[in-house]
Amino acid sequence: MELTRRDALAALAAGGVAVGAGAMLEGNPFGENAPASPEDRLDTLLAVAEVVYPSEVSGIEEFVRTYALGRTEDRDDYREGIVEALDTLDEYTRTWHDADFRELDAETRESVLDQMGVDTADPDPEGTDRERVRFFAVNELLYALYTSPTGGELVGIENPQGHPGGASSYQRGPDG
Amino acid sequence: MSASDETPDRTPSERADVCVVGSGPAGALTAHRLAERGYAVVVLEAGERFDFEDRTRRMERAIRPGLGSVWEMGGERDDYTSAGEKYYPLNAARVKGVGGTTLHWQGMVMRFHESDFEPWPIDYEDLRPYYAEAEAALGVAGADDNPFAPPREDPFPMAGFEPSYSDSVFAEACERLGVAMHSVPNARNSEGYDDRSACVGYGTCKPVCPSGAKYSADHHVEKAEDEGARVIDRAPVQRLEHDDSGERVTAAVYATPDGETHRQEAREFVLAAGGVETPRLLLLSESDEYPDGLANTSGAVGRYFMDHLFGGAGGTLDRETRQNHVGFITSECHQFYDDPARGASGTDGEIPAWSGEGPEPDRFKLEFLNYAGPSPVEMALSGNEFGDDLLDSLREGYGNSIAMGGLVGQRPRKQNRIELDPETTDDHGNPVPKIHWHLDDRTRASLRRANEIQHAILDDLGVDISWTVGPDETGPAFHHMGTTRMGTDPDSSVVNTRLRTHDLRNLSVASSSVFVTSGALNPTLTIAALALKAADHVEERL
Repeated sequence: MELTRRDALAALAAGGVAVGAGAMLEGNPFGENAPASPEDRLDTLLAVAEVVYPSEVSGIEEFVRTYALGRTEDRDDYREGIVEALDTLDEYTRTWHDADFRELDAETRESVLDQMGVDTADPDPEGTDRERVRFFAVNELLYALYTSPTGGELVGIENPQGHPGGASSYQRGPDG
Repeated sequence: MSASDETPDRTPSERADVCVVGSGPAGALTAHRLAERGYAVVVLEAGERFDFEDRTRRMERAIRPGLGSVWEMGGERDDYTSAGEKYYPLNAARVKGVGGTTLHWQGMVMRFHESDFEPWPIDYEDLRPYYAEAEAALGVAGADDNPFAPPREDPFPMAGFEPSYSDSVFAEACERLGVAMHSVPNARNSEGYDDRSACVGYGTCKPVCPSGAKYSADHHVEKAEDEGARVIDRAPVQRLEHDDSGERVTAAVYATPDGETHRQEAREFVLAAGGVETPRLLLLSESDEYPDGLANTSGAVGRYFMDHLFGGAGGTLDRETRQNHVGFITSECHQFYDDPARGASGTDGEIPAWSGEGPEPDRFKLEFLNYAGPSPVEMALSGNEFGDDLLDSLREGYGNSIAMGGLVGQRPRKQNRIELDPETTDDHGNPVPKIHWHLDDRTRASLRRANEIQHAILDDLGVDISWTVGPDETGPAFHHMGTTRMGTDPDSSVVNTRLRTHDLRNLSVASSSVFVTSGALNPTLTIAALALKAADHVEERL
């Protein structure tokens, strides 16, 4: 199932970002002033998405890029929270695997999130390393996916909570 | 997420006809009505004015764990203690801010049945015109298909929401068992109404509606301001002062964020701060003339605290039920409301009459939920799996849940009460409310009876019932009632039938705190109707 630009815009709307359909959301959300390269950061976020998103979705790169751009526009503190969480993740994998998170193979990436305790961590934007990774990286991506129409449809609900999908789908039966 | 960094003028108005304490639905409607009729109105609100533009981010707070209180509740300002047999989670039950608890309410608005008023000193006919006005003010979408509802004069302001798919699943069992289903009046736009949009299905009605389709009282605060009323936010009233004779309130003393204290004088005062803060303010306003609290000659202030109890049951079915598309319900059953012990029979089965031992059940209503089981996004955000494993779990967990809810009434009992807790103080040094809340055997019987019918319907459908909320598991529905009860006898009640306190000639109460009994229906439409009635009586004295 392919994630589209419409999904990204819908997910942004669920986070309070109103973006016109023709809006330019291109480039890199992490800017040029970060200590690591912006492209590396985005690649790390995409690497997290590849772990936490199911294998049957495609179009992840554009979806995540568009979403991250919209989410961080005019929200420097929030962008900083995501950047720090991604840096924390890289720091962890450099310590234990001698490589940045994005450079690991798929299996290792998944095991890293488990080893770090991100899978069982309570998301907390001001918490410990694993709690911030859970909040700013993992849950950021899961919120984007599962409030979008395509993310909802994966589970069988075309109007997921958080998405303003109208007041008629609740009336339809499973075949309707 | 605050509305503005500018510091508004929070000094008192030089001249006010009416001072309203609280800007929830009662305060907002009272203020609007009186401002519209040309009176100078000042509203004092303890909480802040929230920016409508932030509502979507508040929705994210509601869905995503880790982001804190959706409406900024908690902390020293909102401290309380719970001393009863049942813990009372007060700060989950209310919002302080312009619009009050309607910011996070569910939005169900039915008229009390005629029988509900039997213990009251007013009856349904007294309130009937105000109910119609309240429905128009809030914007109620409903269908006139409830054979158990009291008579009404005109259609609802908007067409009702159509039944859900899962209502049609329930309908099969209800027909076999002889259980009636009918629509639910919702304070939620089924079409554009009063400059607010139709519902667009965010599915997070409670605790926040980002579109504004669900009514919240900040709309009437704005309308009151358009009519010239003044609203001072972040201005918690500390006490009310009265004249030497103890016959009239002279001023509301309120604090402001800059640490100052001000006095707002007015000719009339209306308390509209809900069923907990209203009695608390009266108790805090003790004086030589009123040593047990202002307007408390009867001793009833804070007493007879009631809430509705939730009773429900649910599980899974071997078919899709299409839950969690919207955050409101579309069908209910009031069939057992006026005769809870009655049985019913249908095309292929029956609900037996109550045969339980002990006390007979009291009134209750039944609800057919549209949000049974988990919402996929909330499951994803709190799960401990990722990727394909997570999706498998979401698919496993979502899709075939089904559930019924219900509200059970509670009789007024003197020992259920709000009092002051001198051991704990708020951010201004005032004793916090201490809640004494107990369940009695009759309420437990009502919950058992509600569960009995819910189980019969679910069993008939073939539901694998996995949870039941009955007498042991129940919790409050967050409807605070009874703590400044209405009555004709000044020795046993706090306000008269004109919602004015027996003790003070210019002090009224517009709140569910004046309810004499609880009924078993969501109280806000009745609160709104009583507020409009209170406003009319205030006007008579101006």
